[in-house]
Amino acid sequence: MTKEAHELNLPADIKYAKAHEWARVDGEIVIVGLDDYAQDQLGDIVFVEMPEVGETFDKDSVFANVESVKAVSECYSPVSGEIVEINERLEDEPELVNNDCYGDGWFVKIKATNLAEMDSLMDHEKCRASVKGE
Amino acid sequence: MLEVIGVKSLDDLFPTIPDDSKINQELDLPEALTEWELNDHMDQLAAKMATGPGVKTYLGAGSYDHYVPASVPFVLSRSEFVTSYTPYQPEMSQGTLQAIYEYQTMSCALMGTDVSTASHYDGATAMAEGLLIAVRKSRKNKVAISAAIHPFYRQVIHTYFEPTGFELVELPYLPDGRTDLTGLAGIEDLGAVGVQSPNFFGCIEDLGAAAEATHDKKAFFVAGFSEALAYGLLKSPGSQGADLVAGEGQSLGVSRSFGGPYLGMLGATKKLMRILPGRLVGRAKDMDGKDGFVLTLSAREQHIRREKATSNICTNVGLCAVQAAMYMASIGKAGIKELARLNHDKAEYLKRKLTTAGAAVPFSSPTFNEFVVQLPSGKEAAYQRLLDKNIVLGLPLEKFYPELSRCYLVCVTETKTKDDLDALTKELLS
Amino acid sequence: MTEKVGTTGLVLSEKLLWEKSRPGRCGMSIPKRDVEESPLDDSLTGEGPELPELSEIDVIRHYTRLSTWNYGVDTGTYPLGSCTMKYNPKTNERQAALPGFAGAHPLLPTEKAQGALEIMHTLEQAFAEITGLDAVTLQPAAGAHGEMTGMLVIHAYHKKQGRQRTKVLIPDTAHGTNPASVALCGYEPIPVVSDENGILSVESVAAVMDEDVAGIMVTNPNTLGLYEENLKQIAALIHAKGGLVYGDGANLNAVMGIVQMGKVGIDVMHLNLHKTFSTPHGGGGPGSGPVCVTRELEPYLPVPRVTKTGDLFDLDWNRPDSIGKLGAFYGHFGVMLRAYAYLRMMGAAGLKKTSQLAVLNANYVKEQLRDTLHLAYDRPCMHECIFSDKNQKPHHITTMDMAKRLIDHGYHPPTVYFPLVVEGAIMFEPTESESKDELDQYIAAFKAVAQEATENPDALHQAPKATVVRRLDETTAARKPCLAG
Repeated sequence: MTKEAHELNLPADIKYAKAHEWARVDGEIVIVGLDDYAQDQLGDIVFVEMPEVGETFDKDSVFANVESVKAVSECYSPVSGEIVEINERLEDEPELVNNDCYGDGWFVKIKATNLAEMDSLMDHEKCRASVKGE
Repeated sequence: MLEVIGVKSLDDLFPTIPDDSKINQELDLPEALTEWELNDHMDQLAAKMATGPGVKTYLGAGSYDHYVPASVPFVLSRSEFVTSYTPYQPEMSQGTLQAIYEYQTMSCALMGTDVSTASHYDGATAMAEGLLIAVRKSRKNKVAISAAIHPFYRQVIHTYFEPTGFELVELPYLPDGRTDLTGLAGIEDLGAVGVQSPNFFGCIEDLGAAAEATHDKKAFFVAGFSEALAYGLLKSPGSQGADLVAGEGQSLGVSRSFGGPYLGMLGATKKLMRILPGRLVGRAKDMDGKDGFVLTLSAREQHIRREKATSNICTNVGLCAVQAAMYMASIGKAGIKELARLNHDKAEYLKRKLTTAGAAVPFSSPTFNEFVVQLPSGKEAAYQRLLDKNIVLGLPLEKFYPELSRCYLVCVTETKTKDDLDALTKELLS
Repeated sequence: MTEKVGTTGLVLSEKLLWEKSRPGRCGMSIPKRDVEESPLDDSLTGEGPELPELSEIDVIRHYTRLSTWNYGVDTGTYPLGSCTMKYNPKTNERQAALPGFAGAHPLLPTEKAQGALEIMHTLEQAFAEITGLDAVTLQPAAGAHGEMTGMLVIHAYHKKQGRQRTKVLIPDTAHGTNPASVALCGYEPIPVVSDENGILSVESVAAVMDEDVAGIMVTNPNTLGLYEENLKQIAALIHAKGGLVYGDGANLNAVMGIVQMGKVGIDVMHLNLHKTFSTPHGGGGPGSGPVCVTRELEPYLPVPRVTKTGDLFDLDWNRPDSIGKLGAFYGHFGVMLRAYAYLRMMGAAGLKKTSQLAVLNANYVKEQLRDTLHLAYDRPCMHECIFSDKNQKPHHITTMDMAKRLIDHGYHPPTVYFPLVVEGAIMFEPTESESKDELDQYIAAFKAVAQEATENPDALHQAPKATVVRRLDETTAARKPCLAG
């Protein structure tokens, strides 16, 4: 059984993209992962197909794939920029995405080319409202 | 039953089919036979095939004549293996699942890879799909394949690559029968390289050198084979640096059956595991903690990833894989080595006899159980003369390689005795 | 219900092959050496593969025990929708094992292989007649391989017309192989939504059809078990814009001798010999996926083509417009032999009766279970019918729970969670092989499961219990894959 909108953990200090990626700014770096709604909907995540360090992505382009036992879904980059670090722990411990999606389950760190793109993302309230609409 | 459904006759069961789409007359098909008439009919057709004790064929070229112990087809014919579907309900398919898992394990040992798929259609399609996933993974555009890969396999590779936009280039073969790798260094945007060993001419390639030259170009090396038994004796492709190994497993207990079904084998390093095409069986624990097996890493496959799948393959050749597993379990570690050695030694014996009697062996590289022989000029009629005596010398090569006139690809397996080989030499060159 | 078919029998445990291995054992007679050893450079030779060492009886017992953990059509009813798990006549096996065929090398000179070529030629003609199309290739190794072959033919056709197209229309009820096959040929799959009756409407196809569309891929009857009533009009629409119509023949078992697909507008169609033509599935293969095409598309079929001149059969390799080769030799001849035996014993009347009985059985199951399960589309079905778990959801029972509990009752479950357009789908395809008695027992078992769903849901959540293993943890298997050893 999946969570109801009011049960979701959506921290207030980060931003959310439409496909439920989250983004946290740290200087000129943006840390990206999947939010509680996405990990809950996907169920047990078994593999995360990561980009390579040095690759660049435009905002809203596919930068990773997440596999559960019976589904695959694409992750879209919330900002444009270059991948400067990937969470290598996910290779052997994909369950971190389910267990700690805002902490140890982060995906990538992106050196953003335009931090203003963060403004187009949703805050936690909007994100929760969008889930209710779904 | 008609009453329950609420119709009057069998013909009334199709109300949703528009009348103008239905056919009114019976199909024009051969009349129905009884089982006994069918047996007679099939016996007559089978008699029109040059097979059996009166016929000696020295044909290999991707289909090999090896002994299969009676125990293998016998136990393979268990209905529970033969009449079950793909193991989508693992609790009632553990027989197939464990058998395939064991097949994967023994295949890995044979090919020297970390993982093996549950099977592909045949050696040619395994190689084509192996090269496809390699070049996609490389994110580059060119694939180099050896001209000494089986000509039919190359045709299949071309067919698979035609609509993809990737470019195929061919590496020529050297005078000694091996692939010329010197051109590799100059190919730009190279994503994958395919070399078969033993190659189509039977020559054993230097896979280590090929892997090194490929890796220098930051490309993936795909080693192919058409005679799996060779790896009872030869160093495995994986141990020589192949990233993917793709080939034909028919020699492992599968009958020749006029070309199929055979057994496509496909293995890879662990790094490439998640882009392999086709089914994979893995270990799993049940609710009580008991060991079992399931189909796994399904997210690669067409039924989940649809158009983004690594391949469209669904039905494979599962039963042939189980057959090969039964064969490998029967022959064992010492047996396969001895049998492979015997194949090599018998082929070498015939090679020496033919050379002594005046035929030429144009390629000097070491071979396994196949080699190319060139008849002396003036002896061209020998092939047909032998054929009339129900001896098939081998495969005439001129059709595939116009430069190899009067050349035949000859295969000797354990099914040929020294007497057979002496008789062949005598018939051929007397 | 009188007696449950599934009971607990004696289940023997069995180790992995290598756990039984003992040094020095061999289960095969190795031929005598009658020639001297010849040298081979050490740099080429290896240690040899680490295969287990077992005696013949070890091997036989191993596989006999494993087989008892499986369930096949010969064990019992296997109504797996979309898979056509019909009975596989045993005479097929006799014919395929004839030494003249089983021992035949594919590169025998054609004058020495007349029997095999005659069979292939006759089979091609029979499939052309059954589909109402003109030319057939037997080379594709399975259904998906046939789809790929058909799409390559379409690709080659458009190339020859001088303008390649970019898209292929695929209904939302399609098999997952369809979009994957299309993508392999470089096309973009464009989904078409089926209407409220579960079939394609002319309007929905017209809305997405344009001159960049290479064709449409239709399964008819579709995967909801419904006949595509508008197919003729849809085909005309596609043809008018220069596209071709591909027919996925996975469901041909419903309409043999009733509809010739070539006559209702299909240009290319693959068949599944391992479904419709009674060749066994072998736990996942080998199959065979012949492709039938119109006269116009014949030049593009794979090489070689089987030809007949007078009484002599031959192989024609000289086909300049051919898409090439799809497999090492000519396809799965051993599977073709079984299909040939089936065809020769059925004849035209037998095939038509087959389809009628397959449709009869599916409609019977539909009527008998309609009060138990939620019927996805309340219309006359073809050879399969689709329910869902909507009625059981309030009891927190899913399709998966019912499927697993059915195993304890001694039956293979229907196809579950497919097609995707029906949430929690349960798809029955009883095939013509099942008698009324067998169907009644299966229906009774399913009703018993549905009753348990309300009275004792835990029995379903805990199922299966009677099998050698219980529900397996697929998540950990995929997270930490162990694929060998």
